[in-house]
Amino acid sequence: MIWESVQSLFFNLDGAETVLFTLGRWVLSILAISIGVALTVAYTTYMERRIIGWIQVRQGCNRVGPFGLLQPIADGIKLFLKETIIPAKSSKFLFVVAPVLAMVPAFIAFAVIPFGETTLFGYWDEPRVMTIANVNIGVLYVMAISSLSVYGILLAGWASNSKYAFMGAIRSTCQMISYEISMGFAIVTVLMLAGSMNLAEIVHAQQGGFWNWYLIPLFPMFLVFLISGAAECSRCPFDLPEGESEIVAGFFVEYSGFWFATFSLAEYAAMILISLVTSILFLGGWYAPFPFLDALPIPGTVWLLGKAAFLIFVFIWFRATFPRYRYDQLMRLGWKVFLPWTLAWLAVIGLLIYTPGLEWVLENPISDWIAWR
Amino acid sequence: MDSLDAGYLAQQYAPIAVFILIALAMGAAPLILSMLVATQKPDPEKLSAYECGFEAFEDSRMQFDVRFYLVAILFILFDLETAFMFPWAIVLKDIGIFGFIEMMLFLFVLVVGYIYAWKKGALQWE
Repeated sequence: MIWESVQSLFFNLDGAETVLFTLGRWVLSILAISIGVALTVAYTTYMERRIIGWIQVRQGCNRVGPFGLLQPIADGIKLFLKETIIPAKSSKFLFVVAPVLAMVPAFIAFAVIPFGETTLFGYWDEPRVMTIANVNIGVLYVMAISSLSVYGILLAGWASNSKYAFMGAIRSTCQMISYEISMGFAIVTVLMLAGSMNLAEIVHAQQGGFWNWYLIPLFPMFLVFLISGAAECSRCPFDLPEGESEIVAGFFVEYSGFWFATFSLAEYAAMILISLVTSILFLGGWYAPFPFLDALPIPGTVWLLGKAAFLIFVFIWFRATFPRYRYDQLMRLGWKVFLPWTLAWLAVIGLLIYTPGLEWVLENPISDWIAWR
Repeated sequence: MDSLDAGYLAQQYAPIAVFILIALAMGAAPLILSMLVATQKPDPEKLSAYECGFEAFEDSRMQFDVRFYLVAILFILFDLETAFMFPWAIVLKDIGIFGFIEMMLFLFVLVVGYIYAWKKGALQWE
C-alpha cells in the first residue's frame, strides 16, 4: 500500500515517468557531479603537492593518513574553522557575494559535459549520453559560463578595497579576456570540422581510433587551446593574478578561512573543466585510442577521465617546470602570437576544406590506409 | 521533435536551472556555516586592509593604466567576432565556397583594424 503510493509519485498509471521522477533524477545527477567535482578538486590539490614534491625530489604531504591521503580533508576542516574576516572598509554586500559568484559558474559549467554513453545495463535500447543537459549549443554554453567567473574575481578585488586585491583583479580580468579570444578561435576550427556545437556530437565525429582525433589535423590549435586554458584558470606560468611573491595572492588577499578556499576551489574546478573540454574537443572524448579497446568492458567514462587526469598532470607539470611570465610577455603572447596564429590557421582549415584535391589532408590518411590494406 | 519547440527547449535547459539553484546553495552554505561555527573575534587591526603592515595611505580604488581599458575594448570586438563565427563554422560545409569567401572578406576587414591597433601601439606593453 505504502509502496504503491510512493510508486505513484514517480510513475503514472501507464508507467511513464512523472515530473517528480524527472526532478529527482536531475537532482541526483547534479549532486553526483557537484560532489564529484568538489572531491576531485580536493584530491587535485593533494596530487599537485605530491607531484611537485616528487619533481623537486622531496616528500610532499605524507603525514595525515596513509600516504597523506587525508591531507585535503584536514586542510578543509582547518579552513572551515578559521575566523571569517570582513574588512571594515570593504563594500560588505559585494564582498559577501563575490565568492558565491566565483563558485557558481565553476560548477554549473559541468552541466553540459558528456561523461560518456551508457545503456544503463540494458535499461535503454540504445546508448544515451551521460550528461545533465544535452543542449545543442554545448560549446557556446561552456564558453559563456566560464567567462562569467570573471565577475566573481572583479567584484572580489573591487569590494575588498585593498590595493593588492584591486591590482590582482584588474590583472586577472585582463588576462582572462585576452586569452578567451584565442580560445574562441581554436574552438571555431574544431566546429568547422565537426559541424556541430553539441559536445556529444563533437565526440562522435572523432570515433574510431586516435588518428580520427582532432588533435592531429588541429595540432597547433590544440597547443593554443591548452596554453590559453592554463592562462584562463591562472595556472603557472600565467599565475600573475595571484603572484604570491609580488601581490600576495591578488584579488583574494582580504579573504580568510573558507571564503578564501572558495576562490581556490573555483580555480581548480576551472582547471578540471578545461581538461575535460580539451579531451572532448581534441582527444576523442570517451573513445579509446584504438578501436579494439572500445570493445573491452571498460566504460567510456574511464577513458575520458583518464585523458582529463593526464591533462591535469600536464598543468601541474607546467607549474613545476616554468617560471612565471612577465605581464608584457603575457599580453604579447595572447594578442600578438596566439591571435594572428589562430586566425591564420582558421583560414588554412577553410582553404583545405574547399580546395579541390586537398580535402584528404583533413581526412584520415591512416584509416584510409588501413581500409586500403 | 522540432528542436526549436519551446517545450522541448525548456526541457533541455530546465536541469541547468536546477543546477544553478543547487550550486548557489552549495556555494553559500559552507560560507555561512563556517561563519557560524568558527570563533569570531574581530578587532580594528584585523579588519583593516592589508598593506605590508602600514596604515593604508591613500584610497585603494586608484587610477589604473589605460591599456587595461583598451584591451577590454579590443576584447569586445574580437569576442563578438568569435561568437559570430560559431554558427558560420557549423554550417560551413553546407553554405559552400561562397559563404567561406564572404567570411574571409569579413575577417580581412577585421585584420586591417587589428593591424591598425598593433601599429598604434594598443597592444604594446613594456
